Amino acid sequence: MAFRDGPFENIKVPLAWTAAVVVVVALVASLLLILGDHRDARDAGRAQASYSPVRAGFDSVLGPVSGVFAAPVRWAGALSDGVKDYFFAVSENRRLKQQLVELQPWRDQAIALKNVNARYEAMLGLRTEPPVAMVTGRSISDARGPFVNARLIDVGSAKGVRIGNPVINEHGLVGRVIGSTGGFSRVLLVTDVASRVPVLIDRTDARAMLTGDGSGNPRLEFVRGVGAVQAGDRVLSSGDGGGFPRGVPIGVAAKGIDGSWRVKLFSDRGAIDYVRVMLFQDFGQLVSPEALNAPPLAGLATAPAPNAAQTAAISDASARRDATAAATAERVRIANAAPPPVPAPAPTPAPAAAQPGAPE
Amino acid sequence: MTVRIVGPMSWIVYPALTVIAVQLLLATPVQLFGLSLPEPVLPLVLAFAWPLVRPSMLAPAVLFGLGLFLYLLWGGIPGVWAMGLVVVYGVVLASRTLLAGQETSILFVWYSGCVLLAFSLTYLIFSISAGNAPSILALLGQLIPTLLLFPIANWMIERFDDGDTRFR
Repeated sequence: MAFRDGPFENIKVPLAWTAAVVVVVALVASLLLILGDHRDARDAGRAQASYSPVRAGFDSVLGPVSGVFAAPVRWAGALSDGVKDYFFAVSENRRLKQQLVELQPWRDQAIALKNVNARYEAMLGLRTEPPVAMVTGRSISDARGPFVNARLIDVGSAKGVRIGNPVINEHGLVGRVIGSTGGFSRVLLVTDVASRVPVLIDRTDARAMLTGDGSGNPRLEFVRGVGAVQAGDRVLSSGDGGGFPRGVPIGVAAKGIDGSWRVKLFSDRGAIDYVRVMLFQDFGQLVSPEALNAPPLAGLATAPAPNAAQTAAISDASARRDATAAATAERVRIANAAPPPVPAPAPTPAPAAAQPGAPE
Repeated sequence: MTVRIVGPMSWIVYPALTVIAVQLLLATPVQLFGLSLPEPVLPLVLAFAWPLVRPSMLAPAVLFGLGLFLYLLWGGIPGVWAMGLVVVYGVVLASRTLLAGQETSILFVWYSGCVLLAFSLTYLIFSISAGNAPSILALLGQLIPTLLLFPIANWMIERFDDGDTRFR
């Protein structure tokens, strides 16, 4: 018997009710997705796991597709740049010449300081940070809204890009990699609400936390010290926590309209089109947490028992160490038992009368 | 005389594909005369217009998919935009009898309320998740372009409302 011929033949469910059922199911599914989010994954392994295969696959497809969609917009952008260059070429040329004149003394000073600095480092035997390898990529798509500030770039794990790598452009810090596939990576910008970058104020060496809020100018929070920040101070990455190398330029401090300290980003000076990924290894990733958290000398409990030769060597070393300690103790005892040395008498000055030519 | 049937392909599938294409276009990282492209939440237009066109089981499912698409395109928290879109659909579906035949100005007020609801929900979830409230100015930068899309929603309602004679 077909369903239509049965007792439910005359039952008609309104369309609105069936749609409402789908709405409820979709709401429940959305809620489950939100609760299952792993964005707060702190270690690289969990972060990589949270970058799901679906997301990675989507990014791999989005790259070429976005390139096709973006082509007309890029042409329009190039056209607008061409028009702007044409009309502002003279003023731009004057500005650049002025800048060149101002920068030439700085260049000479920088060369001299670099030379002196290198000599100091060699003399003091400083262990400086090694140069960081970089790969260059192009920004394919970006999210600029209040909730997400991220970019997709066309270099991925095939070129050594890993989660956590800092991303810069020619002006300063842009963000860090939060997901990577073979040919593409997703970059969380420093303006994103989830972004936190430990920074320092160049003038005072004060530490602070750069916190994004979706606007173009992230906030400076937890500024340490009174009067540590002034408008115009340069802000650099501090390297604290190991996520970023120290000294990457970020921007200049400025007072926001809400009274908080904010940072005008250097990376906003030009379009973020081509970026460089610093293949910087967060030193927190270099060791496993289990190894760090292991109890001290835990390896002794599992080490094999020494053989006869090793036992003899250990005994010999121990006997020699004991003999040396006994000899040292004996020398100290003899030194303590000896009478204290008599201080030599201070030379007495000659009587003034005996000196020739002394006044009466 | 033949009866023109406006099926789900016309008022659900094609608009959804168009929204995906335009959203991809607007995600292009270029600056025209120093300004970035706007980034409105285009599927909110569909979430408002579809229940007023007619109730459908397919529409909320497609909206859920569009929400996931926004997550995959922009990043952030999965399910947030899907929830915002489906909530707007549910609210408009529940108030469908009130809104039927209303003037455009009333529809715009309702559309604004729905957009505010979706943004408030998203704002709340992101604030809790990140432990940091997004900037209100940045929020307005996305909210206002989304509100300005109301004429598209109005056009869709006028174009497809009762377009299928079986629903008259």
